[in-house]
Amino acid sequence: MSTPYAKLPGWVEYGLIPLVNLVVAFAVAGLVVLLVGESPLEAAYHMINGAFGRGEYIGFTLYYATTFIFTGLAVAVAFHAGLFNIGGEGQAYVAGIGVALACLWLDRIMPWYVVFPVAILGAGLFGAAWAFLPGWFQAKRGSHIVITTIMFNFIAASLMNYMLNRVMKPLGSMSLETRTFDAGGQLPKLDWLMSIFGLSVGTSPFNVTFLLALAAAFGVWVLIWRTRLGYEMRTMGHSPQAARYAGIKEARIIIITMMISGALAGMMALNPIMGETYRMQLDFVQGAGFVGIAVALMGRSHPAGIIPAAVLFGVLYQGGAEIAFEMPSISRDMIVIIQGLVILFAGALEHMFRPAITRAVLAFSGRGRADAAVKGA
Amino acid sequence: MDYLQLFLELAQSTVRLSTPLILAALAGLFTERAGVFDIGLEGKMLGGAFAAGCVAFVAQSAMAGLLAAVVVSVLLSLVHGYASITQRGNQIVSGVAINFIVAGATVILGEAWFHQGGRTPALAEGARFQVIELPFAEALRGVPLLGPIYAELISGHQALTYLAFLMVPASWWILYRTRFGLRLRAVGENPGAVDTAGISVIWMRYRGVICCGILCGIAGAYLSLAANAGWTKGMTAGKGYIALAALIFAKWRPVPVMFACLLFGFLDAFAIRYQSTPLPLIGKVPVQLMQALPYILTVVLLAGFIGKAIPPRAGGVPYVKER
Repeated sequence: MSTPYAKLPGWVEYGLIPLVNLVVAFAVAGLVVLLVGESPLEAAYHMINGAFGRGEYIGFTLYYATTFIFTGLAVAVAFHAGLFNIGGEGQAYVAGIGVALACLWLDRIMPWYVVFPVAILGAGLFGAAWAFLPGWFQAKRGSHIVITTIMFNFIAASLMNYMLNRVMKPLGSMSLETRTFDAGGQLPKLDWLMSIFGLSVGTSPFNVTFLLALAAAFGVWVLIWRTRLGYEMRTMGHSPQAARYAGIKEARIIIITMMISGALAGMMALNPIMGETYRMQLDFVQGAGFVGIAVALMGRSHPAGIIPAAVLFGVLYQGGAEIAFEMPSISRDMIVIIQGLVILFAGALEHMFRPAITRAVLAFSGRGRADAAVKGA
Repeated sequence: MDYLQLFLELAQSTVRLSTPLILAALAGLFTERAGVFDIGLEGKMLGGAFAAGCVAFVAQSAMAGLLAAVVVSVLLSLVHGYASITQRGNQIVSGVAINFIVAGATVILGEAWFHQGGRTPALAEGARFQVIELPFAEALRGVPLLGPIYAELISGHQALTYLAFLMVPASWWILYRTRFGLRLRAVGENPGAVDTAGISVIWMRYRGVICCGILCGIAGAYLSLAANAGWTKGMTAGKGYIALAALIFAKWRPVPVMFACLLFGFLDAFAIRYQSTPLPLIGKVPVQLMQALPYILTVVLLAGFIGKAIPPRAGGVPYVKER
């Protein structure tokens, strides 16, 4: 692919441009707040306060961030291989079966640190399995991954509705959820981590899955930049023709990439199921798979960018709840708008401000050099 | 119940449920044939439905509502066009963004303007599209077989339903029998050739995107002004994606689009009607399977097990003039 843009220094490419895009997205969101007749500054205050005001709030923020790190990494891994996995939502949803099965099987006889690895495996396997078919269709049958994964999201919704209705619901129960897990299916909270900073988690469901998410982020970095498979994935993402010419097996990379992506999305299911509600409920994913798209775009598909982007969306989710509480005319749907605006400005319109920024940076650095030359003389 | 009556009921609800699908799928046809993929049909429809609900209530006029729906939907498709044609951004990403922005903004604005908890005020008779009785419908009802079919299936729909079905041959004619249609299809297959012929690729694609906006707006207006009495939160409920599936299922051709939409509408009508009745031979089919069937069929088709769906060749690729 040809890039008609000048090469920019790293801090502009990975710092300034994403920041400008983000600021514009929030400015437009602020306009919506104004349109509704409320003060954007007040909304911003409630958001920051709601996300960081107390240890408990920070716990919630990081709890949401945990979920988004997984789904963001899932989208990012696929991006590196030039694939757009829009099916994180469905993969995470189906992976819930893996988590729930592990818990229902072992929660009464084993402690959490035995159940957890089994549940991780279950989540990964079911998530990967749900991503396998779209990957296989793309690799072998030439169907477009975007369309197939969208369709698989809807199929997953129907499947899970059926599973919770007919299979996994306890006999005689009316609500669409599994039974509540015993101690073995409940992950411990990270109160020790918070108490280091002198904070208390309170009632927030901030749990050990967060550490797993950080480990997964490191694992993705190793995979993409330090392994042969990652190199092949990036090659294919840059130029499928070059990859083919170099003897990289395209079909194999597509399928493996999609399965890794699906497994990462699937691990998101651990957080709400074992960390918060201790049971699998209908619609437990709640759009986190789609938030992953925004997170990956904002984080530029790099784990070091994805973690702060996930925290930012954690702030939006937790702070958004506070805004909805303090300012009734701004419901939590505001988050959906901001999410859409971030996807628009950081994703589809990512190059909109680039020419202007490039000019500004070049002019600035050019003048800087001129100044230095004058001083030198 | 006699079989004719049963068939008529099912056919009638099939037509009702297919109408928005046909309009949205034809909308997708125009933009995708021009080489701009659009998974934002859902969002444009929802935005159109919302605008129609608001304006029809304020102006107490269905036509004003329809106009507002078209304007809002066209504006949204221009955003998509600007991102994917002018800025050469990722078309899928832009479509996803529009779906989210509309899903959130309609709820926030609806609540701020009407305070009715995720809906616009219920519309009175005059502010909605009325059912049209075709001439002689009542007189001919007595004729065996054809009479009831004419009276209950052909007659007795809203104007937008007839418009949707008329748009099918009209789209065929525009795409295959006009200069505009030829150029539109060419721009989706080989934009370089169109550029060489001295026609602006950018402007052709914008026109395809605008056509999409108009039809999506009408589809949205159908939802809030004809099928329902006002807008409700998330009322498109995945119809935009079903329409996208139908478009692929029909291999990007107008007349098959209609049949695909009728099929998916029928599946929906059937699932609603026979939720808990066991069927002969197969036994009781879980309603979830019926709901998933359009998506499963599309996946199977895309995988090339029933024919092969080949998208427009330049679809999804921004056009770069200088090379």
